[in-house]
Amino acid sequence: MEELKKTPLVQQHERLGAQMAPFGGWLMPIQYESILAEHRWCRESAALFDTSHMGELLFSGDLVGSGMDSLFTFRISSIAIGRCRYGFLLNDAGGVVDDLTVYRLSEDEAMIVVNAGPADKDFSVLEAALAGRGLLENATGRTGKLDLQGPRSREVLTALAGPEIGEIPFFGFRRFNVLGAQVLVSRTGYTGELGYELYFEKDRLQELWQRLLADDRVRPAGLGARDLLRLEMGYSLYGNDLDESTTPLEAGLERFVDFSRGFIGREALLSQQSKGLSRVRVAFRVSSRRTPRHGYRIFHQGEPVGEVTSGAFSPMLGCGIGLGYVRPSAAACGTLLEIRHEAVVLEATVVELPFYRQGSLRV
Amino acid sequence: MDTYFTRDHEWIRVEGTIGTVGITAYAVEQLGDITFIELPVLGKAVRQTGMLCSVESVKAASDIYAPLTGKVIEVNHALDSAPEIVNQSPEGEGWIARMEVEDLSGAKNLMCRSDYDEYVRGLA
Repeated sequence: MEELKKTPLVQQHERLGAQMAPFGGWLMPIQYESILAEHRWCRESAALFDTSHMGELLFSGDLVGSGMDSLFTFRISSIAIGRCRYGFLLNDAGGVVDDLTVYRLSEDEAMIVVNAGPADKDFSVLEAALAGRGLLENATGRTGKLDLQGPRSREVLTALAGPEIGEIPFFGFRRFNVLGAQVLVSRTGYTGELGYELYFEKDRLQELWQRLLADDRVRPAGLGARDLLRLEMGYSLYGNDLDESTTPLEAGLERFVDFSRGFIGREALLSQQSKGLSRVRVAFRVSSRRTPRHGYRIFHQGEPVGEVTSGAFSPMLGCGIGLGYVRPSAAACGTLLEIRHEAVVLEATVVELPFYRQGSLRV
Repeated sequence: MDTYFTRDHEWIRVEGTIGTVGITAYAVEQLGDITFIELPVLGKAVRQTGMLCSVESVKAASDIYAPLTGKVIEVNHALDSAPEIVNQSPEGEGWIARMEVEDLSGAKNLMCRSDYDEYVRGLA
């Protein structure tokens, strides 16, 4: 087995009493005191997440001439400088190699932020596709990343970096000087709350972590809370809800695919579109506090129709919630599902996303 | 009144022939936030080490086993809407069920508090 990479904050996490566990090849904090308390703090104040495990790939070169512009499901050249966009890198069969966010840094530079697990794979795929046209650097090893998420995150960052923080648009970013460090701050996140992602040189990680935590409005939150927060919004988790055998069409994420030009996997998606889908992603609410879990089987009118890919007890809704893939005939809103695992049978209803609608995301 | 512990981290407090059952602070620590407790059905007959009920937490679903043989005579319905009580007070208000103990001699298979504490230290 490959040795786990460690976040540079491992000692800080352990001092805070974190339970550490492997995630995407990294040893990361899953929870400090309580997943539910950390989740609540993010919905009510501001939670700080160590997201150093995520990958940052830096491209520089002619976007169109290098072919970079036709690798993802959207055109990087159509993103305004200072903005970012979510989408996919697909394989030839239309399966998701990774879901990612691309930052348009300048006319001929982009930062591609990818998931920890597939980061090395993504880099190889892109490097092979570029074949030397343009420069691609895997900057994960020298980049520190922290996410500050929650309704009070703007106040907290404004105190540190100035009122310009309030001018960053949703899915936009700007550079700031914080404690003498160059920090790229984007108004993005994975929680459904107003929030920011901060990128900077890795050697500033301890200092920025301590400084942000010194604010009473801020508490640390682990990947357990992060998973719960993202699921309440219906955001996909790569490896659970998305993988190389799943297409964006099946995942209900075609709004992140621009079919008007070429990209890897386009033909496969068009073919799937014309043939019709054999399974689609659904979101469902359980009728009790019980938790549907990854791998539980989904039935409709006694017939097996699919499988759960993510599930949790939602503190905001007070019931179990989940995502899964089912036959299209069982995917309409309001469809009654039965979720089974051993002797456990949960009743669930297909609903629209997001599960949780009161977040501060766009304030 | 004696309290006994199982290797699976249940406790039972015996007063006369009535035993109150719950899970230990160590179990709660391992499970994390508890989100649901499937309470046993009143009148259910359980054998020592047989399944009593189940709990779900943010991390996992786990079965709870009966520390002694007997019959369920009361359950803690406060946990239906507030399972977090078990996190807050695992050996107090977070009790799960009471049972009429059929055979107290089964207690010889259980641990007393000091033995259990030592057992838990050995798991660290």
